[in-house]
Amino acid sequence: MTKARRIYEKIVTGILFSSSTITSLTVILIIVFLFREGIGLFNSTPTEKNYVIAVSRQNTIPIITSNELADIFNQDITNWKQLGGRNDSIVRLTLNDLSGIFTEEELGPDLEFFPQKLNEFVKTTPGVILYLSKEYLPKNFAGRIIPVKKITLLDFIFGKHWYPTSSPIPQFGIWPMIVGTLMVTLGAILFALPFGMATAIFMSEIAGNRLRNIMKPVVELLAGIPSVVYGFFGLVVLVPLIQSLFGLDVGETVLAGSIVLGIMALPTIVTVAEDALHATPQSLREASLALGASELQTLVRVVIPYSKSGISTAVILGTGRAIGETMAVLMVTGNSTHVNYSFLQPTRTIPATIAAELGDTSFGGVHYNALFALAIVLFLFTIIINLSVEVIKNRNQRVNQRG
Amino acid sequence: MTHAEVKNINVWYDTIHALKDVSLKFEPNTVTALIGPSGCGKSTFLRMFNRMNDLIPSFRMDGTVMVNDQDVYSKEIRIDEIRKNVGMVFQKPNPFPKSIFENVAYGLRVNGSNNKAFIEERVERSLRQSALWDEVKDVLKKSALELSGGQQQRLCIARALAVEPKLILMDEPAASLDPISTARIEDLIFELKKTYTIILVTHNLQQAGRISDLTAFFYMGELIEYNMTKKIFLNPDNIQTQNYITGRFG
Ligand SMILES: Nc1ncnc2c1ncn2[C@@H]1O[C@H](COP(=O)(O)OP(=O)(O)OP(=O)(O)O)[C@@H](O)[C@H]1O
Ligand SMILES: [Mg+2]
Repeated sequence: MTKARRIYEKIVTGILFSSSTITSLTVILIIVFLFREGIGLFNSTPTEKNYVIAVSRQNTIPIITSNELADIFNQDITNWKQLGGRNDSIVRLTLNDLSGIFTEEELGPDLEFFPQKLNEFVKTTPGVILYLSKEYLPKNFAGRIIPVKKITLLDFIFGKHWYPTSSPIPQFGIWPMIVGTLMVTLGAILFALPFGMATAIFMSEIAGNRLRNIMKPVVELLAGIPSVVYGFFGLVVLVPLIQSLFGLDVGETVLAGSIVLGIMALPTIVTVAEDALHATPQSLREASLALGASELQTLVRVVIPYSKSGISTAVILGTGRAIGETMAVLMVTGNSTHVNYSFLQPTRTIPATIAAELGDTSFGGVHYNALFALAIVLFLFTIIINLSVEVIKNRNQRVNQRG
Repeated sequence: MTHAEVKNINVWYDTIHALKDVSLKFEPNTVTALIGPSGCGKSTFLRMFNRMNDLIPSFRMDGTVMVNDQDVYSKEIRIDEIRKNVGMVFQKPNPFPKSIFENVAYGLRVNGSNNKAFIEERVERSLRQSALWDEVKDVLKKSALELSGGQQQRLCIARALAVEPKLILMDEPAASLDPISTARIEDLIFELKKTYTIILVTHNLQQAGRISDLTAFFYMGELIEYNMTKKIFLNPDNIQTQNYITGRFG
């Protein structure tokens, strides 16, 4: 009897141990995977695989950055002088515009004369810049392959241009998405905090127990509605409303995202804040009332200060809910990757970007790595949020456990 | 002259008849002990004077409660006006999670004082009255939660004194304290009765004997006997009182 029991307990312990190990390992593996894929971005040059950038031998520029390349191919930079090189105006040559420079006869039916023609062209055009697949590079190439600088962390975070698929040179600046995410989240909190707090205060302090017991499950139900539904509501109701209210060309704006996310964060904020307010000991309320304080004074001077950390937790958890939300924001914020500091302009958040683009990338490509690096940034945001919840909780426990 | 008086009060919580036709008059500058077995209505009775029972949804009452010749339950009077004139000390010390200074200043602030010098003067006086000043005068900014239980209870007394009530209600103020802290609270009550009228609920009969002038014995919501403490303890008129005092029930 006792032996069977001991074996039984061993088995249960073993199952509990192994499942917790598996869970922890999974989490760790996901994080490792995330970082491995993301960090790859900083080891790669942004040019496509097997493609090179080349210039003429006369060119004195030693190394070139992807931003400079983008400017060159956008024709924002037209002379090497602008990059500190010789005074030669830039002549761009990619496989697509061969026909603009060479005639078909010159190249031959199977492009067999291309290497020779190219070498001639490079020799006679000191300002040339080439973007070519390595296989088209002539054996005795008359120009010089110029190295492209790797993407740096600063370029990545503060870069203002996100053109992940542009050719010849993609750009991976996530500043627009960081700004978008922070603005949408901030807006969501600014929207949700007053409404959430008012509701929490009403439920905890004014509504009787009966009403409270009805309201609480209803608010919690809001949290269970799938986010697409919120997005749909935003798209059909909010976006047109904002468009006509502010007389905008498009209603898909930061504001729309903020309101939709604010509504989504409300249940979290209301429930957590209400719990905190409700947990204020009756003895403290009585002490305040017995000194002649009104209900409102008691609320402002005793109940809210006592639940301060619970309220902050509510706000931070609400922020956490908002910052990672994908679908609904993607639907109502207009999908624009331009840097934008206005609440009435379109934007795109980090999670929305990942969701929108991950399907179009090739495994292991630069774009793919960039999306993972973006995910790391989001991950760091949420870690900071969760850590602040912990810090506040611990501090609160210490304060309220004394005495 | 301080008057605290109840006339024919009845209290119900839903169907529980918690106080049954109780009438009682308190003398100024005395300590009156309320004694009786658990659930007999002592706390309910005490909380009639500052209308703390109003917080309980199922509470109903009839009868009259007078404090300073004011009808506490009259429709014209504002509850916070009454509560300013009646201080209350609870069984468990319940300081606010604020500084020592702010705890004592709380009643003044909610009643509209913001004269710094006046508040400082009042805080110091209240802390001296509650015999806490010497222990805390250098740490007034420290959180009240860092004080010991006995210090916290004296702080709660100081907090009640700061608004200068006439009547002070104490519901087992030493029940959660060690013997030394209890003795200090008892000394303090003895000192305070020179200025205040005190109604004290206690389960500790020796304590009632030591510090009260008058004693009221409650049993099952009824006031059984009310008399000089000496008389109650040495020669009560009622057999139930006698039984309770001698520990035969309760
Ligand atoms: N909030 C309440 N709701 C319902 N009934 C209550 C409430 N408070 C007290 N009662 C009831 O009223 C009666 C008197 O309670 P009260 O707390 O006044 O007794 P007490 O003499 O102070 O007891 P103790 O010595 O245990 O503190 C009891 O029967 C109690 O159950
Ligand atoms: Mg009691």
